[in-house]
Formats: sequence, structure tokens, C-alpha cells
Amino acid sequence: MTTSVVVKNATKRFTMSNQNTVRRLAINAIKGLPLSKSFTALDDISLTLEQGDSIGLLGLNGSGKSTLLKLISGVMTPDGGSVLTRGRIAGLIEVGAGLHPDLSGRENVYLNGAILGMSETEIDRKFDSIIAFSELEKFLDTEVRHYSSGMFMRLAFAVAVHTECDIFLIDEVLAVGDQPFRKKCMRRIRELKQEGRTMVYVSHSPAQVLSLCERGLVLEAGRMVFQGTAEEAVKAIGYTVDDESDDD
Amino acid sequence: MTTDVAQPETVAPLVNPGSSGGLLEVYRRRYLLKLLVQKELRVRYQGSPVGLLWSYIKPAVRFIMYFWVIGLLLKNNLPDRALHIFSGMIFVSFFTDAMTSGSKSIVKNKSLVRKINLPREMFPVASVMVTVYHLLPMYLILLGGCFLSGWHPDLLAGVAAVMGLAIVLLFGLGLALLLSAWNVYFRDVGNIVDVIQTVITWTVPMIYPFNLVMQKLAHAHTAIYEIYLSSPLCIGVLLNNRAFWTPASATPKATAHQNLPANLFERGAIMIVLGVLFLWFAQVTFARLEGRFAEKL
Repeated sequence: MTTSVVVKNATKRFTMSNQNTVRRLAINAIKGLPLSKSFTALDDISLTLEQGDSIGLLGLNGSGKSTLLKLISGVMTPDGGSVLTRGRIAGLIEVGAGLHPDLSGRENVYLNGAILGMSETEIDRKFDSIIAFSELEKFLDTEVRHYSSGMFMRLAFAVAVHTECDIFLIDEVLAVGDQPFRKKCMRRIRELKQEGRTMVYVSHSPAQVLSLCERGLVLEAGRMVFQGTAEEAVKAIGYTVDDESDDD
Repeated sequence: MTTDVAQPETVAPLVNPGSSGGLLEVYRRRYLLKLLVQKELRVRYQGSPVGLLWSYIKPAVRFIMYFWVIGLLLKNNLPDRALHIFSGMIFVSFFTDAMTSGSKSIVKNKSLVRKINLPREMFPVASVMVTVYHLLPMYLILLGGCFLSGWHPDLLAGVAAVMGLAIVLLFGLGLALLLSAWNVYFRDVGNIVDVIQTVITWTVPMIYPFNLVMQKLAHAHTAIYEIYLSSPLCIGVLLNNRAFWTPASATPKATAHQNLPANLFERGAIMIVLGVLFLWFAQVTFARLEGRFAEKL
């Protein structure tokens, strides 16, 4: 087994300086008021994943799940502790961000693919598979601005699930699209997992966490309150498993 | 469906996912850079009936203003005055465009910068490259004007052209990197760019000839004269004058002697070295500031 992700005592603080005009700064300095407020989004989190592990991150809104995911993806750097990863990272995180409304579907596949780290030959090779997945064959040369929101997400998803990677991150994205498409996404994610990718999955849905992940981690106000199997984690946070699974 | 986990022969090392190779990484991912430049060229004037032509109308109007207003009112009878203005103006336009679009580039792409881990230098570099793309037709127009005016370039003219371009590229890219990063923290940068734009328009020999500067400053106010010549853009413009304007005059030697500073090439060489250092400084500063981009945007 090779280690895939090592998070060691990671801490992330956000500084909120609402007084960023020189005048406000001067007034606050004279009055002895704090110049900025800081808030600890993640406090001393440690986590080790082996290649092929899958872990669900559970927690209420604002508990730090997405911040932890951003540390692993490298978009943010920790203020304390360290984060180390092995191999290529990809994922379903705000998948629509790389699409440009003024470009056609075809151009967006290439642009978004390149943004997610694919090379030209890689995109060429996967182009047909991406389009088939998105079911947008007829709208390939239409500008994306004319797409419905469902079509938009389908295109973005199709590109994202085709990136070659060792670590795959998923952030609450499976609530979009109609049920057949959601099922298809879950199938694809399960395939990615079976191929041996490390998975980090942020979700509020206990059913999906249970069906996709072996392990679970519960965050509460930036602190890790539980780490163990997925079943125990769902119990620890007190969620009830209802019938919302998108499994076949 | 293709099922290929990226699995290199040797196992990749554990690395910090947030570290980036900076400009080298931009070069490694030049396919993405190419697509970003193409996208920018496509969408910059989206929904505008005149479209890409705006990139040429704006400098054309500026040129006409300088040529007629200053020419008529100041009765400036410099030989080949149009070439003199234009050889300077293409650099001033390039520089201001690179600063303006470069400084906005990170903030404009905040949805990507906040969510996806890619070399952030990509965005200022792409916007500078779009500006370079607009510079190419300007060179063609300049060369056309040169041939109409009887341009006889010598070897040094070619050297001057390359040196001048190198200087504005190095400093333009460096400023774009710096300003784009600062703009994330302080949204005053747009106004700073406006101020710099005004300053550089009047501190290069474009609207007026350099011989005026020599007459008034070279001996009477040596310090101010040296400050004037310490501007990279000024040296760039003077080198471009040497490349395209003085070789087109009837008496190239005399025109150059009257309108260019002594040791122009030495000054140019020093400026290129400073430009490399400045770009390095900009890259280091950018790398230091980008750690907090995702949360500041």
C-alpha cells in the first residue's frame, strides 16, 4: 500500500478585515480596536489515506468540510501543520467554474479539460466518451450560454469524471441533474473507485456516504470529533439514513 | 469507458499540493495557456458590433490626436514626425494595455482561482499574450510607414528593435504579475494603473522629441535627466526610435545624434538585465501572495 494523502495537524484560519480603508485602520489603531477578526475554520486535523481508500467528510454547514477539501486539492494552504498528497488530483468541485458561456460546447470541453490538467491528446482521445456521457451530441456547436442549467452541469460533469487522477475529490455535487443522470454519475464514481483511486467525499447524504465510502470523518466547528468507519461516522453525527440513494 | 488511473512507473513522491512551479509551470501547461489566449481573443469584444476593431480604433484616434493637435499647435517640425510618434506609441499602448488587462486578470477569473488548483500566473501571462497579439499588426503598420519614408535600416537598427521589445516585454509581464496579485488584496490597483498611464504618456519621447529633453535637462538638471532616462519604457521607446525612426530620416546620423542619448545601447543592455531581475522579483512576490488568493477573492 502507498500513502496517498497525509494531513498532519492542519489548521486554517481566515482573517476578515472589514476595515481595509486607511482611514478605518487609523481609527481602529488609535482606539485600540482589533484591526482584523480571525476565525478558525479547521483546527488541528490529522488524517492519513492509503491509495484506494474512500472517506466521507460529514458535518453541518460551516463545519470546515469544504475547507479541508480545498487544503487537499491545494487551492488553499494550511496556516499550521502540513498537507501532502501523491499523484494527480481531480474532482467534482464547483464543476461549472471552468465553463465559459460564450464558447461552444466543443470548445468548452477542450478548455475545461485543459483547466483540469488534461493534455490535448488526452482530451482528443476522450472526446467521444465525454460527449456520450453528457448526452449533448446535438448541442456541441451551440454556445453554452444557450444551454439549460441541467445541460450545463452535464457537460461540466462529463469532463470532470474523465480526468485521469490518483485522488478524486467530490464536494456535494450530486444533488444536480435529473435522476437518470445522477445515477449515471454515481455509477461512474463507483467505477473510478474500483479502479483504485483515493476518494474524499463531502456530503450531507448518509446514504451516499455509506454506499461510496468505507471510512468516515465527522467535523464540528472545525474540529475533528470522530474518525472511523462510515457506518460509525453516520451514527456519530446522528443522521438517519433515509431513502434518497441514487443507487440502482 | 476508458479506465486509466495515472500510474507512472515509479511511484510519485508525496508533495505539498499547494506548491507551484510558477512561470515554469505555465510553460509546461502551454496548451492551457493557448486555449486561454484564444478564449480571451474570442470573448473580449463579445456583443460589440465593432468587435476586435476597437483594439485598433483606440490607438488610431490617439495617434491622430498627437499628430495633428501637437503638430499644429506646437509647430513641431521634426522630420518624419508620424514615425516618431508611432514608434513610441506602440510601446506605450502595449505597456498600458498589459498593465490594465493584466492587473484585472486574477480578479476576473476568481471563480477558477478559488476552486481549481492551477498555476495562477497563467492569467496575467495570458492577458499579456493577448496584448502581444495586438502588437503584431502595429509592427506591420510601423514597417509600412518606414518603407514609405525611405527607411534604411542598419544592423544596429535591428539590434535596437529587439532590445526595445525585450525591455517592454520583461517589464510589462513583471508589472502584470505584480499588479494582478496586489489587486486581489487592494482594489486600489485600478486607480494606480490610471496614474501610471498618465505618467508614462508624458515621460517618454513620443509626443515631443528627445532633443527638447536634452536641451532643457541634460546639462542644467542632470539629476532629473537621469531620472527621466531611468524609466524602462523611456529606454524602450528611444531604442524603437533608433530602430524605426532615425534610419528613415534623410540624415540618420545627425537625427540620431540630436535625438538620442549617448550610450543608448549600454543603457538598453542594463535595462534588460534589470528587467530580468524585475520579472524574478515579480514572480517571487506573486508566489508569496498567491497563498491567500482563494480566501481573499
